[in-house]
Amino acid sequence: MNISRILAYTTRHLYLYRRSLPRLMEIFYWPVLDLVVWGFISVYLSEYRGGLPAFVSFFLGALILWDVLFRSQQGISVSFLEDMWSRNLLNIFVSPITPSEYIASLLVISFIKLLFASTVMVFLAWLLYSFNILTFGFHLIPLVANLIVMGWSVGIVTTALILRFGQEAEVLAWGIAFLFQPVSAVFYPVEVLPPFLQGIAMFIPSSHVFEGMRAVISGGDLPVEKMVWAFGLNCMYIFISVVFFFWIFRRVKEKGLLTKIGE
Amino acid sequence: MKTVLEVRNLTKYFNGFKAVDTISFDMYSGEILGLLGPNGAGKTTTLQMLLGLTTPSGGEIRIFGLPFEGHREEILHRVNFSSSYVALPYSLTVRENLMVFCRLYGVEKPERKIDELLDIFEIRNIKHIPARRLSSGQLTRLCLAKALLNDPDILFLDEPTASLDPDIADKTRGLLRRIREERGLSILYTSHNMKEMEEMSDRVIFMDRGRIIAMDKPEGILRRYSGRSLEEVFLKIARG
Ligand SMILES: Nc1ncnc2c1ncn2[C@@H]1O[C@H](COP(=O)(O)OP(=O)(O)OP(=O)(O)O)[C@@H](O)[C@H]1O
Ligand SMILES: [Mg+2]
Repeated sequence: MNISRILAYTTRHLYLYRRSLPRLMEIFYWPVLDLVVWGFISVYLSEYRGGLPAFVSFFLGALILWDVLFRSQQGISVSFLEDMWSRNLLNIFVSPITPSEYIASLLVISFIKLLFASTVMVFLAWLLYSFNILTFGFHLIPLVANLIVMGWSVGIVTTALILRFGQEAEVLAWGIAFLFQPVSAVFYPVEVLPPFLQGIAMFIPSSHVFEGMRAVISGGDLPVEKMVWAFGLNCMYIFISVVFFFWIFRRVKEKGLLTKIGE
Repeated sequence: MKTVLEVRNLTKYFNGFKAVDTISFDMYSGEILGLLGPNGAGKTTTLQMLLGLTTPSGGEIRIFGLPFEGHREEILHRVNFSSSYVALPYSLTVRENLMVFCRLYGVEKPERKIDELLDIFEIRNIKHIPARRLSSGQLTRLCLAKALLNDPDILFLDEPTASLDPDIADKTRGLLRRIREERGLSILYTSHNMKEMEEMSDRVIFMDRGRIIAMDKPEGILRRYSGRSLEEVFLKIARG
């Protein structure tokens, strides 16, 4: 791994966000809209239902943390798409950057973009609803870290699929994370799911994160065993996703598809 | 003469279809080698294999005496590529684009290198303009500048002059020849412009349906096929 090449490729994307207002807006647009609309809906509902304690906090926490997962996946896939759209992929792949450095660099970019978007969301939630997720303190670290790594795995797999199937797979970049939303138990506890979905949720790291989040909001301790379980799953998934990427990359070179991507 | 590139029995199958069929050739240091042939002859596939973008089905490639396997970084540091079908991120300025590649290639004194190349290609005036606002001729020159950032020993060019008007195409050819003289750069390039081939190439490789059917100095090819121009020879061969 050559750090300066990883940073070189990262700069390419930082330049992009400096230059392109629409792209900069896009980082903030959805999170802010989500937060405003869903935030007020939950405030409204909580006034009527009355019964469910910490309803608004559950909702806002879920929105912010879900965005972490979604962003870290997108940060990877969309950065790759940027080079596909601008017909720059071949320039990158004939440079000395290795596939591992390329992936590492996508992770860095995804993290930087996430940092910006999350900061805005956290601030806005505090401003509009006096919800301060930072009161989670150190509990926040395992929660967020697990979501980021899961987002990375999904992002790497998505990127591999776009590499292999081209533009037809492009929609995955926008939609794939939502495939995991129902079983991630983002806005409701896992126990409301039917048994077979609960079984699936067991193997989805994010479901443990959102259970953990609700435990913390309810004033309890962070369920350590859930975090460890999520961490174990994540280690496995990130490993599988990287192996999958390398395997696809090799297949794509055998099939001579690198020159054809984006056509 | 020093050999910088050796290709032996290079073959590529796509699902049983032979796109490149056991071709062998050498390229010498400082040589401009033209690869020509009808559409689908296998030129692009050949270049892609030389750059490690497509995995060969068989045969051997040695660049600077090294096999690609196990020496990828070392080789890619000393070669570069441009083509009419690649572009650069359009939101970034000319300078930013080149800066990214300077860093990828570990170029020392990048600012100086960038200015030097922008001067060579006479596009210093657009240094701070986003790539999206460039004309296709300017973009081609920017891509060529990118391809020279790392002072490559071999340049692979796939139809580099395809989108250029005759004036800029002529200037570009002049520039490439000048850079070759100054730095002893070797160039392997494809083109469908036969006049350009005749004018530029020290030697020409004629491919058809995946095979090399002739390889010689342009005059040699003319003599062998008793044609007055490469265009005439091309038509003769392409039409059987
Ligand atoms: N990835 C691929 N999968 C399947 N077939 C391919 C692939 N790439 C190229 N081919 C086929 O291989 C043959 C050679 O293609 P190639 O692009 O190398 O030709 P070329 O000489 O560069 O042609 P042109 O002058 O049109 O650029 C063609 O018949 C093409 O259809
Ligand atoms: Mg071609």
